[in-house]
Amino acid sequence: MRAKYLQLFVFAGLLVVIQLITMFTGSVYHLTQLTMTAYYSLLIIGLCMLIGYAGQISLGHAGFFAIGGYISAFLTTYDLTPHQEKVIISLIKKTGILVSRPDLYGGSLINLHPWAACMIAILTTIAIAYIIGGPVLKLKGHYLAMATLGFGIIVYRIVIGTELLGAADGISGVPGFSLLPGVVISGSSAFRVKNYYTSWGLVIAAMALLINLIHSRIGRALSSIHGAEDAADAMGIPTAEYKLKTFVLSAALASLAGVLLTHYNGGIGPSEASVMKSVRYVAIVAIGGMANLWGALFMSLLLNYLSLRGYFGTFDDAVFGAILIIIMLFAPDGLLRKKTISDIKRLFARNTAEKEML
Amino acid sequence: MTLLSIKGINKHFGGLHAVNNVSFDVTKGTVKALIGPNGAGKTTLFNLISGFLQADTGAVIYKDREIQRLRPYQIAAHGVARTFQHIRLFPKMTALENIMIGRHTHSRAGFIAGMLNLPFTWKEEKEIKEKSLEIMDFLGITGLADAEATSMAYGQQRIVELGRALACEPELLLLDEPAAGLNMRETNEMGRLISRIRDKGITVLIVEHDMSLVMNISDEIIVLSYGEKIADDRPIAIQKNQEVIKVYLGEENA
Repeated sequence: MRAKYLQLFVFAGLLVVIQLITMFTGSVYHLTQLTMTAYYSLLIIGLCMLIGYAGQISLGHAGFFAIGGYISAFLTTYDLTPHQEKVIISLIKKTGILVSRPDLYGGSLINLHPWAACMIAILTTIAIAYIIGGPVLKLKGHYLAMATLGFGIIVYRIVIGTELLGAADGISGVPGFSLLPGVVISGSSAFRVKNYYTSWGLVIAAMALLINLIHSRIGRALSSIHGAEDAADAMGIPTAEYKLKTFVLSAALASLAGVLLTHYNGGIGPSEASVMKSVRYVAIVAIGGMANLWGALFMSLLLNYLSLRGYFGTFDDAVFGAILIIIMLFAPDGLLRKKTISDIKRLFARNTAEKEML
Repeated sequence: MTLLSIKGINKHFGGLHAVNNVSFDVTKGTVKALIGPNGAGKTTLFNLISGFLQADTGAVIYKDREIQRLRPYQIAAHGVARTFQHIRLFPKMTALENIMIGRHTHSRAGFIAGMLNLPFTWKEEKEIKEKSLEIMDFLGITGLADAEATSMAYGQQRIVELGRALACEPELLLLDEPAAGLNMRETNEMGRLISRIRDKGITVLIVEHDMSLVMNISDEIIVLSYGEKIADDRPIAIQKNQEVIKVYLGEENA
């Protein structure tokens, strides 16, 4: 049982090694993409929980990511100075969640504190996920895929069509997020190493929670829903409720990822809400082995990093589309699944057995 | 004492009257069998009792409570467990894990407790496992604990599915053709298991085609034909019932 945490320590060690390599090879700038990768990974592992363990597909998770990112971006950049006199604003001010900061021209802006914005963003996403998930999760298979796809498209259209959200330009000038005293999530190169460890620290924490969940009574119940929903129902498992809760959990992680990446990047644009992003996330979960959190995490680390470093060039989206097609055709259970490893082992075992026969 | 009472239940599928005004009682601590030719409405009746279907009219009273409008998982929580005609084990899970699922209604760790791995869940998990192993021991399949459920022999899968239902600690156990696909030796073994389950005080309602099994283990038998109840009696009387013989053997032999 303790082995499940051992992997987390090994992974943490790997991250330290990566950081040291970048330090000694003078390529510290790689940490920027690796930090962004960490935030995308938060979304990926949540989606892996939903697709791989609960067996419910979502092609709309970029939508939840964007909802989180956009709400936080809007609330921390929208200047309340002109509205200062209004009763509601002065009431909010008394709660201490407003901050003033200097703008580019030496004036001052009054915005919501990132912590407050983050909370509002995540709670809103949770509420939306509950409302959408209730009816949508009654659907199965490709009907569910289409419904969640529709949700993703709606979010994309809304953010690209809303002037207040910067339309096609998105929102920029998003301030850093002081998570704790001394820990600021921002793209400033002075905080690069700290941000790298903060982001992956959050991923490891989320992994620990999800690994615990998989090994719990609920995790078992989710696998049973995935395997034979009617039988799970007959065994007293409230299948609709568990599916919805997993959906909401994965949406909340996507939203958190959106909030943090937006503060890290200092802005967010409509491409984060695009359908191709959702397809990319599903492709990563698929190649990671579906019901394999570690597989999804490794593939997320590898593919997001390569993509963000621009290795795929103009074929970026095409690469992920192709991955999805190839995986579905040739390895529907994913590449990094336990069975692959045991298959390889058996292959070697058979070879040695045959040699002994000779 | 009556544990389950079916009152004037009707179910249509389009133009087909699958269950036609059927009423019967199941007495606590007995084995009651539902027999009848294919298409007589036996499985439909099971689905109506376990909440997978809603009746058009009529009532299902379990422990003096109408359970018609409850969802299957709620009915399970009230102590009604079932097996399926076509085995519905959870794939990619071991036999033990399958049976552990049956403990769901007797444990309570939720999403938060699970994610935080709260100490009370450790004890609960231990209890779930111990209880499940106890059931495997009762069924004589302890050796299969770590085998993947859906890759086991058919007869073993039937027993694991029975174990999963028993893990719910049901008061009423619904068995849908537990001997289907079993050879004679396995069928006899299944019969013995069902009798032992009855001896534990669990009431059993069983749908079965194997007549010798039914006659051996049942206290009472209901015969359905084209959705209607044509007999409800003790096995010995059913064997002599002219209408039952007519349904099973055809007119000219009557």
